[in-house]
Amino acid sequence: MKNKMSFLQQEGEACPSRCPDNSAFRQQRLPAWKPQFTITAVLSTFFLTGMFCLSVGVCLILSANSIREIQIDYSDKCSDCSKLRENSSNWNKECLCSVNFTLKEDILGDVFMYYGLQNFYQNHRRYAISRSDAQLLGQNVNNSYCAPFTTYQNGTPMAPCGAIANSMFNDTFDLFYNLNSSVTQVPLLKTGNSWWTDKNVKFRNPKSYNLSSAFAGTSRPPYWQKPVYLLDEEDERNNGYINDDFIIWMRVSAFATFRNLYRRVRRIRQFADGLPAGNYTFHISYNFPVTKFKARKHVILSTVVWSGGSNPFLGIAYVISGTAATLAGFVITAIHLKLRKRKTYFQK
Amino acid sequence: MSRKSVPGCFSRMVWKKHFFKETCCQCGTPDTEIQNEELEKRGKVKKRKKKNENKRVIVSNLSFGSKKWKENPNRYYDSNKIKTTKYTILTFLPKNIYEQFHRFANIYFVVIALLNFVPIVNAFQPEVSMIPICVIMAMTAIKDAWEDFRRYKLDKEINHMGCYIYSREEHAYVEKCWKDVRVGDFVQLQCNETIPADILLLYSSDQNGVCHLETANLDGETNLKQRQVVMGFSSQNALFEPELFQNTIICEMPNNDLNKFKGYMEQPNHERVGFNIESLLLRGCTIRNTEAAVGIVIYAGHETKAMLNNNGPRYKRSKIERQMNMDIFLCVGLLFVMCLVGAVGHGIWTRNFSEHPPYDVPDENGNFLSPFLAGFYMFLTMIILLQVLIPISLYVSIELVKLGQVFLIHNDIDLYDEETDLPIQCRALNIPEDLGQIQYIFSDKTGTLTENKMVFRRCTVDGIEFSHQENAKRLETHKELDLDNEDFAKLQHLTLPPINIETPGTLKQRTTRPLRRCQSARAHFQGHTRNRSLGRRDSNQSQVAFSSPIEKDVTPDSRLLRRVREAALQTENLSPFIHMKTSTTLTDFFLALAICNTVLVSTATEPRQRVTVPPPIKPSGITLEKIHQIFQRLKLASLSQSFSSSQSSSDLGASLSARNTEEQLAALDCCDNDDCCASGRDDGLQGKDGTDIGSASLDEVFKSVTNSSLPTDFCYEAESPDEAALVYAAQAYSFTLVSRTPEQVTVRLPQGTLLTFDILYTLGFDSVRKRMSVVVRHPLTKEIAVYTKGADSVIMDLLEDSAKDDISTEKRMKRIKEKTQKHLDYYARDGLRTLCIAKKVLNEDDFQKWANFRREAEAAIDNRDELLMETAQHLETKLTLLGATGIEDRLQDGVPDTIAALREAGIQIWVLTGDKQETAVNIAYSCKLLNQRDTVFTINTESKETCESLLNLTLEEVRKNYEVEKPRRKFFGIIPTSFAASEAPSPEFGLVVDGRTLNVIFQGGLEEKFLTLTKHCHSVLCCRSTPLQKSMVVKLVRRQLNVMTLSIGDGANDVSMIQAADIGIGISGQEGMQAVMASDFAISRFKHLKKLLLVHGHWCYARLAKMVIYFFYKNVTYVNLLFWYQFFCGFSGSTMIDYWQMIFFNLFFTSMPPLLFGVLDRDVSAETLLSMPELYKNGQNSEIYNLSTFIITMLDAFYQSLICFFIPYLTYEDSDIDVFSFGNPINTISLLTILLHQALEMKTWTLFHLVTMIGSVAFYLVFSLIYNASCVLCNPPTNPYWIMEKQLSDPTFYLLCLITPIIALLPRFFIFALRGTIGTPLILKAQQIDKLPKGQQDLEIQKLRSRKQPISGARVISPTSNDDLDQNISHLCVSPFLHPAAATVSHRDTESQRLSTSKVNHLRKETPEEGYYFFNRWAEEESTATDPSAGPFSGHYPLVPSRVTTPGQDSGKLSKGNENNFNHGSHRRSVSAVTL
Repeated sequence: MKNKMSFLQQEGEACPSRCPDNSAFRQQRLPAWKPQFTITAVLSTFFLTGMFCLSVGVCLILSANSIREIQIDYSDKCSDCSKLRENSSNWNKECLCSVNFTLKEDILGDVFMYYGLQNFYQNHRRYAISRSDAQLLGQNVNNSYCAPFTTYQNGTPMAPCGAIANSMFNDTFDLFYNLNSSVTQVPLLKTGNSWWTDKNVKFRNPKSYNLSSAFAGTSRPPYWQKPVYLLDEEDERNNGYINDDFIIWMRVSAFATFRNLYRRVRRIRQFADGLPAGNYTFHISYNFPVTKFKARKHVILSTVVWSGGSNPFLGIAYVISGTAATLAGFVITAIHLKLRKRKTYFQK
Repeated sequence: MSRKSVPGCFSRMVWKKHFFKETCCQCGTPDTEIQNEELEKRGKVKKRKKKNENKRVIVSNLSFGSKKWKENPNRYYDSNKIKTTKYTILTFLPKNIYEQFHRFANIYFVVIALLNFVPIVNAFQPEVSMIPICVIMAMTAIKDAWEDFRRYKLDKEINHMGCYIYSREEHAYVEKCWKDVRVGDFVQLQCNETIPADILLLYSSDQNGVCHLETANLDGETNLKQRQVVMGFSSQNALFEPELFQNTIICEMPNNDLNKFKGYMEQPNHERVGFNIESLLLRGCTIRNTEAAVGIVIYAGHETKAMLNNNGPRYKRSKIERQMNMDIFLCVGLLFVMCLVGAVGHGIWTRNFSEHPPYDVPDENGNFLSPFLAGFYMFLTMIILLQVLIPISLYVSIELVKLGQVFLIHNDIDLYDEETDLPIQCRALNIPEDLGQIQYIFSDKTGTLTENKMVFRRCTVDGIEFSHQENAKRLETHKELDLDNEDFAKLQHLTLPPINIETPGTLKQRTTRPLRRCQSARAHFQGHTRNRSLGRRDSNQSQVAFSSPIEKDVTPDSRLLRRVREAALQTENLSPFIHMKTSTTLTDFFLALAICNTVLVSTATEPRQRVTVPPPIKPSGITLEKIHQIFQRLKLASLSQSFSSSQSSSDLGASLSARNTEEQLAALDCCDNDDCCASGRDDGLQGKDGTDIGSASLDEVFKSVTNSSLPTDFCYEAESPDEAALVYAAQAYSFTLVSRTPEQVTVRLPQGTLLTFDILYTLGFDSVRKRMSVVVRHPLTKEIAVYTKGADSVIMDLLEDSAKDDISTEKRMKRIKEKTQKHLDYYARDGLRTLCIAKKVLNEDDFQKWANFRREAEAAIDNRDELLMETAQHLETKLTLLGATGIEDRLQDGVPDTIAALREAGIQIWVLTGDKQETAVNIAYSCKLLNQRDTVFTINTESKETCESLLNLTLEEVRKNYEVEKPRRKFFGIIPTSFAASEAPSPEFGLVVDGRTLNVIFQGGLEEKFLTLTKHCHSVLCCRSTPLQKSMVVKLVRRQLNVMTLSIGDGANDVSMIQAADIGIGISGQEGMQAVMASDFAISRFKHLKKLLLVHGHWCYARLAKMVIYFFYKNVTYVNLLFWYQFFCGFSGSTMIDYWQMIFFNLFFTSMPPLLFGVLDRDVSAETLLSMPELYKNGQNSEIYNLSTFIITMLDAFYQSLICFFIPYLTYEDSDIDVFSFGNPINTISLLTILLHQALEMKTWTLFHLVTMIGSVAFYLVFSLIYNASCVLCNPPTNPYWIMEKQLSDPTFYLLCLITPIIALLPRFFIFALRGTIGTPLILKAQQIDKLPKGQQDLEIQKLRSRKQPISGARVISPTSNDDLDQNISHLCVSPFLHPAAATVSHRDTESQRLSTSKVNHLRKETPEEGYYFFNRWAEEESTATDPSAGPFSGHYPLVPSRVTTPGQDSGKLSKGNENNFNHGSHRRSVSAVTL
């Protein structure tokens, strides 16, 4: 081989101009690694992959098992309210409903409270783009994407505009812990639930000395019960566009069935370790109509682990694929052993 | 003269790439004959009708000053400024965009992008959706612009070359640029100057009004062409005065025919002078050998013939692309289905709701669409959304990859030919992958399989055969000598007969020659650049076509040499009036060889200066008197045939006994047939006594004479290699052509005297007459003689029927004719090209009569060609046969090896040649196209019925054989069927048909039968076929069998066939450039085909096929992710991936690896590919890319996209994930999966691969991070702000990115692993072999072969087939009449022959027409047993001349033929011949 190369090189030197370069690239002789499906490579790949996936899968399943989650579908339980909401003329009538549930054991650690919607297509294309990020950044722009929820017929712009904002989930939940007939409200955190960047970069209120003047000249979206600057009257930093509930709602969900973080349990007093076992009651202000489009509403209490939410699927996937890889390894071993006698050549 | 070099207009087009139809250089009106040219006698002027539309009228520009320019009729003609660019700066954008829209895909994408602007159906932000198509089109536009700029620079360079134009103001020639040359200008050209436009030659410094021209730039022919000053101007000896030129030139409109030009010049007195192409200097040619020439510009710029011929590369669509287009339609279908699903789904989904939910957003006016309408709009939206299913970047990627592939092919050092200094030229840039799919090769014979270097091998004079064994030996050893010159010199000294006085000269040439040829060949490709190297070359080296050492040196046959000398001294010196028949014939024969041609002579020292005047004989050491004395003595000696020791011991030197014995041996060797024996005996009788001394002494005399008097190494410039070979042969016998002018030709005779013949007429060679003649006047006898040489079939019919002479002469003549015919047949059988030489003596009156006739014909303007032909035929009758020559066209290096390899690769090889059947068959044998064991069917017939029944019969025979085979094949069970067809153990079949039969087949509608038959035959020979038939055969096979065809040829006659095939390959050999110009790839040797197909073809195919299929996979995988999401978003056309990241995904993140893969991947190393040609079948059967692999890949793509979508979906299901946070991992996962999929496909990992792979992922990450971090508002209404950052801090993301590609690729990996374990297809074995160390590789390959051998029969393709070739040649060389091996007919063969014979007999009763059917079966074993009684059908090849046979003679002919066979007896091939 070497001889040949040197011979070629000599030839190359002797060649006049039109002789092609004898470089490794041009002669397609670049040093290369040629991976091959040798039996050792194949089997080691399969078995190593299998082992790895199995172990990761087991870890994931174990950690997912530690998750505690309570999911309560209140769309039927508050049937009165839902009936009331079916008629849109009752939009400003308040409707309260309470749901009881029992925790058989403590939920330890951070407990997150979600509201869940089923069959609510937030990812519908025209819905998902019906927003104006510029407006939410505090800029005063007219955005065509918000149509038809841009302005009222009299020309007053909606703030915030667009279908997403308009259909903002507006049920409110309060959680009460019933311990020995004394009812304690579970302290909940309403801020810090959204992404830091959303809260601090992506969403900005228009600049003004106070919030109501900032939104002067605009009006609330048609479905809203109160204007945007009254979303959280208690906390100035959670009001207007930078209201956490609003921000979270504006982060459009990927699926028709989804949950959004509503509150976190504040770990103080008897809730320092999480929610203790016992009877609880949700007081729900039922404002969001869903029954007419066959959607359902949930309220969820859940913990999270390092690997994410309550979904055990990832662990299962790892275990299954690990098993499959290992099995495939065995199959190949079997075939290989069976055919070994016939493979008299190329066997090293 | 230091002039800027400008590449020729042809070569500059080589690298030009056209994506669209070439529009700039379309051929002009091709047929613009001057119509109203009536048959007029010269001088008589008739009023002619003005028909200017078909004519071009040109007058001198000098009569029009700048003021009167508007009156100049020339002003409408093109100027000489050329512009080959397609665009200007202004027109570039619109024109280029317009051109790009010629591609369907571009329109598709633009329409979709425009559709996106319709608000109701849009899926993306409309502005953004224009990006991909814009990027693609911009890339194409940049490439076009760059190409155009290069063209522009070249044009500029050419336009600014200088030339001398006569200026009215200065009354002299002034230097101007080429672009300023106008029609009607007078241009003065100097030696070695390139001609700027098509110029009518009006003056030449040559006294004969001749101007020499080198047309290498135009057609690659290196020999000089003569151009003649327009008649009437040649007589003016004075310098040409342009200002006096008042004539009007009328000629045809510009056309692209390089060999046709007609027109006339009308003088002020209305006299007309005709002229033709002989007076036209063509643009791009170079003036040689002429000091100065003046002419008037006829065509300029784009109207010149050279430019009109400039068609640029052709656009061909490769098989993969055709298949790809099919699959694109499948994709369109898929797209349609998917869109339909989306539309219907959306309709149903919308209808589901009794009241519109808040997420169903009404339009701007608050109205909702009906479900039906919503569904319809959604259909359009879906098309926009899923448009990428049709891979937008595929076309551009394919083009880029092909460019890369072509670049690599072009740079392959193995395809570089040192001798001609030519790498492979890829003229078509878009079909490299077709090289890997060839199923049929159609090859020319001459110049393609053979070198087209004609070597004089044998001759027969007067019915006596001279075998030229010394020459044969020389040729045999030539190959070794090529490697070692010193050895050669020694050998040469040993074998060289004493008469060869050239030894020092030839040796010197041998060492310098390769260099010279190198340069010359380079020159004609670089076009005008030649000027640069010219000075160097002209000063010290010569280069002449057809003068390689192997062609030049002819070692004379000692026996013949002796006779020649005798003859010479008898005829010339002693008794010019005593006609000893043999001797005059001999002299005439060699005279004819020397004279009857159009060879030009130049000397090595001054290559381009023609020897036109014989140099005076300088007084030599030996006086004439002395010579005379010697001759006198010798004559006595030879006449009396007595040996006189006193004479021999005189000053004339000793006899060379060693040589003598050698001669004797040689003579004895030859005595295998009767006449040879006779001649040998004669020799013996004479030789023992006088001739030894005679020749020896004569040698010395000649040596001294010639050495002292003349320059010895003449270079002969011939138009065809045959001519040169014959002249060199004559030179070897001391009949040296010394000079040639149009009027005279000088030949030096063996005695050293120079004879100058007046050439009265030269009737050039043409393919209709198949002969050429010269009419000369003998300087001594004043006898007018016609020497004719031509194809034997023609000459034999033109011989004198010697009825008027006395009976003995007649008998003699008849005998000579018969013997010569026999020899000719032998020659043909040995693959030699035969020519007959004949003579005719005219008396003065006859000649004058004929000459008048001829002159009239020449003067005729209309149908002059026919008249000339008629006169020629008139003259060439009643010839006396002198003899015949056999010229060998040597096989090129490595041809048998290449053919064997290609055959093994499963390629059917057909040879289409215009040559004789016998010659073709023998070449076929020697290049392993036919095997000794093969059964060869020969079909020659002219009637349809016979042909049909013959085809039926043969088919039956073939099928019978296959049926016999079938059970055996089952027995071996495991053999795949594709192997069985070509490598069956039974004897393989060859088919030989001739042109007439082809005609019958084409006209009689027998194509299908013919094709069915040929499918069973592994090689087919079509002899005596015309160019048209060649292309028809190619088209027939290509269309009917629907196979990939490749044509390879070197000459103009192959052009049609080259163009008809899927791939045309031109061999840039000795026969000009027409074939190369028409070809897609041009190589310089046939053997390069092996690497080109087996390695580059395989690679290109494998790479491109995998790349294309990968592109489909990639797009389907990716687009399906979007599709699956539609099921979760109410079929609303939502995307979970940001649009920028989506388009970048295809454009940047995943585009480089497949491109690199397409250019650089090597699935198997070149060495292994070459040593295992079977690997080629991979591409041939389209194993990598066909419908099934496409569908499998599609299914895999669906699977992978499902995994890539649903693993994240199930993971994030029912969580608070938002749309882009869900899309981001999907995007990442699919990127990883797609890249890993590519990694699985890649067989070689170089640094490039690694870098692009890692780079792609890194680029994706970096881009996403930056984009997601910086984009708060950039892409309204939605953007993926901070998503990547967020995800990178989420363990789920990493877990997903790990598991999903594993699951997605597990099945594919599993199948790959299984494929390596269970089936081990050949390609995998080859890859395994690749990994082994060098020595073991060969071992394994051998093992593989030996494993296959018992299955595929005993056919052993020995790796050292070069030895075989040598053997073969040696066979040919030693003596074709004496084959050591004896004929055998195996038992089985006899049986089958009987069978077939009975069948044929039966058939004969039914169809008693003329026609032949040779059923030849070559003996299977090579045993030594001779069995002449094996049957009347065994023996030699049938020598039945087809044209004379009638049914009645059949049996007689047959037996006669067989008698002959027995005489020459033992031959390995056993043959049965049946004549119908």
